Formats: sequence, structure tokens, C-alpha cells
Amino acid sequence: MNKQIEVTEENQVVKDRAKQAYKEGFVTDIESFTIPPGLDEETIKLISSKKDEPAWLLDYRLDAFRQWQKMDTPEWAKLKIPAIDFQAISYYSSPNANNENAPKSLDEVDPKLIETYDKLGVPLHERERLAGVAVDVVFDSVSVGTTFKAELKKVGVIFSSFSEAVQDHPELVKKYLGSVVPARDNYFAALNAAVFSDGSFVYIPKGVRCPMELSTYFRINAINTGQFERTLIVAEDDSYVSYLEGCTAPMRDENQLHAAVVELVAMDNAKIKYSTVQNWYPGDEEGNGGIYNFVTKRGNCQGKNSKISWTQVETGSAITWKYPSCILRGDNSSGEFYSVALTNNHQQADTGTKMIHLGKNTKSTVISKGISVGKSQNAYRGLVRVAKKADHARNFTQCDSLLIGKSCAAHTFPYTESANMTAQLEHEATTSKISEDQLNYCLQRGITEEDAISLIVDGFCKEVFKELPMEFAVEAKALLDISLEGAIG
Amino acid sequence: MLKIENVFANAGDKEILKGLSLEVKPGEVHAIMGPNGAGKSTLGNLLAGMPYVQPQGGSVQYMGKDLLSLEPEERAAIGVFLAFQYPVEIPGVNNMYFLRTALNAQRKYRGEDAMDSAQFLRMVKQKIKDMNMRDDLLKRPVNVGFSGGEKKRNEVFQMGVLEPKLAILDETDSGLDIDALKIVADGVNQLRSADRSFIIITHYQRLLDYIEPDFVHVLADGKIVKSGDKNLALELEEQGYGWLNN
Repeated sequence: MNKQIEVTEENQVVKDRAKQAYKEGFVTDIESFTIPPGLDEETIKLISSKKDEPAWLLDYRLDAFRQWQKMDTPEWAKLKIPAIDFQAISYYSSPNANNENAPKSLDEVDPKLIETYDKLGVPLHERERLAGVAVDVVFDSVSVGTTFKAELKKVGVIFSSFSEAVQDHPELVKKYLGSVVPARDNYFAALNAAVFSDGSFVYIPKGVRCPMELSTYFRINAINTGQFERTLIVAEDDSYVSYLEGCTAPMRDENQLHAAVVELVAMDNAKIKYSTVQNWYPGDEEGNGGIYNFVTKRGNCQGKNSKISWTQVETGSAITWKYPSCILRGDNSSGEFYSVALTNNHQQADTGTKMIHLGKNTKSTVISKGISVGKSQNAYRGLVRVAKKADHARNFTQCDSLLIGKSCAAHTFPYTESANMTAQLEHEATTSKISEDQLNYCLQRGITEEDAISLIVDGFCKEVFKELPMEFAVEAKALLDISLEGAIG
Repeated sequence: MLKIENVFANAGDKEILKGLSLEVKPGEVHAIMGPNGAGKSTLGNLLAGMPYVQPQGGSVQYMGKDLLSLEPEERAAIGVFLAFQYPVEIPGVNNMYFLRTALNAQRKYRGEDAMDSAQFLRMVKQKIKDMNMRDDLLKRPVNVGFSGGEKKRNEVFQMGVLEPKLAILDETDSGLDIDALKIVADGVNQLRSADRSFIIITHYQRLLDYIEPDFVHVLADGKIVKSGDKNLALELEEQGYGWLNN
């Protein structure tokens, strides 16, 4: 009974939320320190010195930069990527005009920022109501605050901005930085390794079940600025953490670049659940503006019986290029990827996953739901690779595409490579349209066309939504409803 | 309640209804029989406002309103229900959620308060019990993986929850075994009341053994060609439709 009531409330939230357009599209008028556009070794030295970084980290950055200069933009994706002028972007912008080091306490955060996050619905106060979620907020290039740090510290969990982690726990950062996504991994990962400015760091000690959801909220505010954040999560033996990330940006006519790297490490029996609701500004109806989202996310199931689960709901960005992956190194380890990617208007998405089976009895599950509306292009790209020694590896992949309207397209590119005869790989794929019959059926029962579409889409995504934590599931549904606007008529 | 006068309608490019007239008063049960292709389903779809049927002339008055000028969801909200011949599947949407969305959309249109989930749950649990149907019907996604009979039962169950004023059953009996037929007929009989009318489209007399109609009409070549009481259905069962042409 209670569950039913929750569902009603949830619907109300979804409805209220859905009435708004891209409500995150406002600009915060705040004094900031932004370095001039341009990228060379001096830029990198400047970023590093702003952050008082140790020499080894500057060397890491410079090495990555030199690699990057030798690399080319990847062109294999089903995306039309306009040439990006990397010299026209500013690589560092901080809202702390006077004090360049992020404030140590939430009390010191500029009230304008608190207001910004209030408007976005992100709690910077440690209010009772939201006591279940600790948040690190990244505004342009810096983390402006992390909640519940003290409480988490009691159980040994480290949750801080990346910059702070570099100062306070250099040994951990040094050990794991680049251990899952090497600096030279790909063009955008190399760029990130060279210029990353902030992000979140999470360390869960052995045997600890993180007592609350951890979350990072990324916000791009400054004009002509790219955001290059880095997230590193390490879960020691027998630990558990659930981590959420959300992202928004103002509506601007220019495109903005977001190139992030996320690395996860799970030791023996550790479980990491990583959920994303990506709502970067998608551009307007004509395809002007929007974020270019080039992200490398990868988890290393290092230990036996470890598990990494990626859940993503992608509705934003003009271009999405993103393949959260799992390296299943430990025996009996498992990886999961649950994804809803919705594209509308002129948005393009090429997203999917890689499941690399190295250990014995490793298992992976891939559920991908692509929804294309308007003139958008939506591609699933996945790789399942089973190494020679990965006896009895199993994979199940299901990718479903839903088309709404006549001018959009869905594409599926599943790749499998198996070097072991004992592997069991299953793949299912469907493409469907919201049928006239389904719509008519709903209409005949009294449901309006708009509600009918959202009902049908919601049903289509159910398998993924149920993987999201409650608050995020509500937000995700609301986002889909907003993104579906103009899907009919 | 419903007055259809000299209605013409096309399905696709084809003229199907050719001057059909029919009057249904509150509380009456009308059975529509007739050969394949006569336009029986087209009549149901026309009344429900399904876009694949285009009215070409004539008028339909329903409770004092020009029915053909209303959108399908508006017709539903003022009490027109169509039990589909081929109910569609909606994956991932559970039946109960679907029904509550539908009921509250109708209530909203009528200016009534939404039914909260506790009230709704009590109501559907009672209905499912009254209608002798299984609880799991509520939790399953709309019609997904349902057998033919289950789909038809679900239509009747939805009708019970939505409590329409005018219910049109489009061959709800086809493909049902005798037990399922009884459950469906029981459902309809429970809903019979002085202010609720039914149009039952069927090929077979056997449904009418369980749901006793006030009138039986024969629809042939887009028109009602003969009307009578329940005995007409028995005659048709014995003699077929051929004799009507003479």
C-alpha cells in the first residue's frame, strides 16, 4: 500500500517537473577567475600551480599532453563532430575570484553558489530531509564544497574533491590515477589527463558499507569554458558504495566541451554502483549550442567476486560519446551496464559499453534502451571480449531502440570477440516504433496523447529505471518527459 | 443516450458504413451480428473515434453531444468504452498503473478529483474479486504475454474499473473457451444497470446465451438490415445470413 502511495507522489513530482523546459539553463552571475583561452604546456603548468600540485602530477599532465598532441580525434563513431578549436577554449575557471583554493568549509561558500544549487535542487546544506545523500559540487573547474565529510570520515570513508585528495591522500591518488584509464587511452582521455581541474575522490576502506549515497553534481557556468573533471573511486575488499552523478549547464548558443574521465577500482568482493543522470544542455530545436560530451568511464573489477554496475540515463548534450566499461579481471567478477539514452531535435548519441572478460566465471549484463525523437541520431555501440583464459564467461546483451517520429534514426553496433570456447554470449536486439495501435488504445481509455507517449516510453525504460536509486529514478522519468516535448504533433 | 442517424464512414479508402441508423436507450443491451466485412467493427471504431475510421456523413448524438466532433480521449471521459477485438500490449507498464492513469485522466476531464492510490487499490481489489479474475492481472504489464482469453478478460476488467455509460464490445467472445466466455459474460452482466448501455458485436449466438440482449440487429453491407429481439439471434444461428438477402 505504501509503495503505491509513493508512486503517486512520485508521479506528481514528475508531472510538476515535466512542465518546465530546460530549467537548468540559467547563468549564475558570479565573479570568477578564468584563464584566457588557449592550450599549451604553460596552460597546464598554470593549472597545476593553481592547485599547488606535487611535481609528479605535473609530470603526469605534461606527459599526457605530449601524447595528446600526437593523437587524432576519433572518427569511428556514428557522429558528425564539428572541428573543435582547442585553442578557443578556456581550461580553467573558478568561481572563487579572490581565494583560488576551494573553501574548506561549507560556511565559506559564496551565497550565490548556494542559491544556484538550491535552484538546481541540489542540497548544499546538510538538511535532515536529504540526510541520505552526501554531495560534492563541482562548479566549472573547481569543487565548491562537499557535504557530510565529517560523518563519512567516522567510518573511514574518504569523500572529497579531487584537488583535496591530491593534497591529503597523495599516495592513494598516485597509486590509482590512470590505473584504469591510462593517460594515452584515447584522445579525450589524454586531453583530460593533461588539463583536468577537479572532480571527486572516493575511498571506501576494507569491510565498510558506505552509510549513504555519494553524489557529485557537475555544473558548467562560465562561457567558453570546458569542463574536464576526473572521478576516482576505490572500493577495498568487502566494501560497498553507491555513487550518483548529475550534470547541467546554462543554455548558450555556443557549444561547450565536456571531457571527463571516471575510474573505478573494486577489490575482492567489493561492489560499486555508479549511476548517472546526464542532463547537459542539449542545444536548441535548431541544433544550436549544447554540450559536446566526450567521456571515458571504466571500472576495473580487480578482485574476486567484485562487481561494478553502471546505470545511466542520458538525455542531454548535443553530442554524446561515452562507453562506460568494465574490465572483469577478478575470477567470478561481474559487470553491468543499464542505459537509457534519449535524443531529440538534432542531438546525436553514440553510447554503449565494453565488457572485457579476463577472469574465470566472469559475468556481464548489458541492457540498453535507445529512444530517438525528432531529427536525432542514436547509436548503441558495444563490445564484449572474452580472453583466452576467461573460462565460462557469460554475457547477456539486450539493446532495444524506440523510434518516435519519422526523421530520427537508431543504430546498433554490437561487437563480440571470443577467444574461449566455453564462453556463453547472448544478444537480443529490437527496434520498434510507438505504434498507432498503442496510442489509440491509451486514447480510448481516456489518456491524452502526451501522457500516452510518456507512459509507453516509461514502460520501455522500466528495466533501467528500476536500477536507479529512488530520487534519481524520479528525476530521470521527469527528464524523459521534458525531453519528449514536441515528440508529437 | 445514443442516436446514430444515417451514418456513412470509410476505413482507409473503402466505404464501409452506408447509411446506418441505430438508437440505444439507457440500460439497453443491443447485439450487432452480421457477416464478415459488414462493418461491425467499423461501427465500434467510429463511435470510439479511432482515427482509422473516417466519418463521411450523418450524425451521432450521445447524451446530447455531437459525438463525432469529440477527440477519442474526450469520448472515453464522457463514458464511451470500446473493448478491443485485438487488445494491444504495452511492455513495462503494469495494468494497475495504466488503469489508474486512465481513470484519473477521465476524472480530471470531468472535473472530478483524482482518486488516490489507496482508494484506487481498494476499489480494484474489490472489482477483481467481484469479477472472478485473478489478482496477478493487476501486476502484469498491460496485455504482455497474455493469452487471447486473458486479453479479453482484461478488457472486461478495465470496463468494470472505468464504469462507462456506453460499452461497446467488439467480438470479445471470439477465441474464448466456455469458461472464459462465462467469466466475460458474468463481468458484463454485473455491470448491467438502468443507466448503462451495451453494444455487443459478435459472430455467435452462444455469447447471447449468457448475456441476454434487449435487441438484436443484423448489420450487412454497411446498414442495419433487420432488427428484432433475442429470437432473431437464434434464427440467424440456424439459417445463417443468406436468407436476409432475398
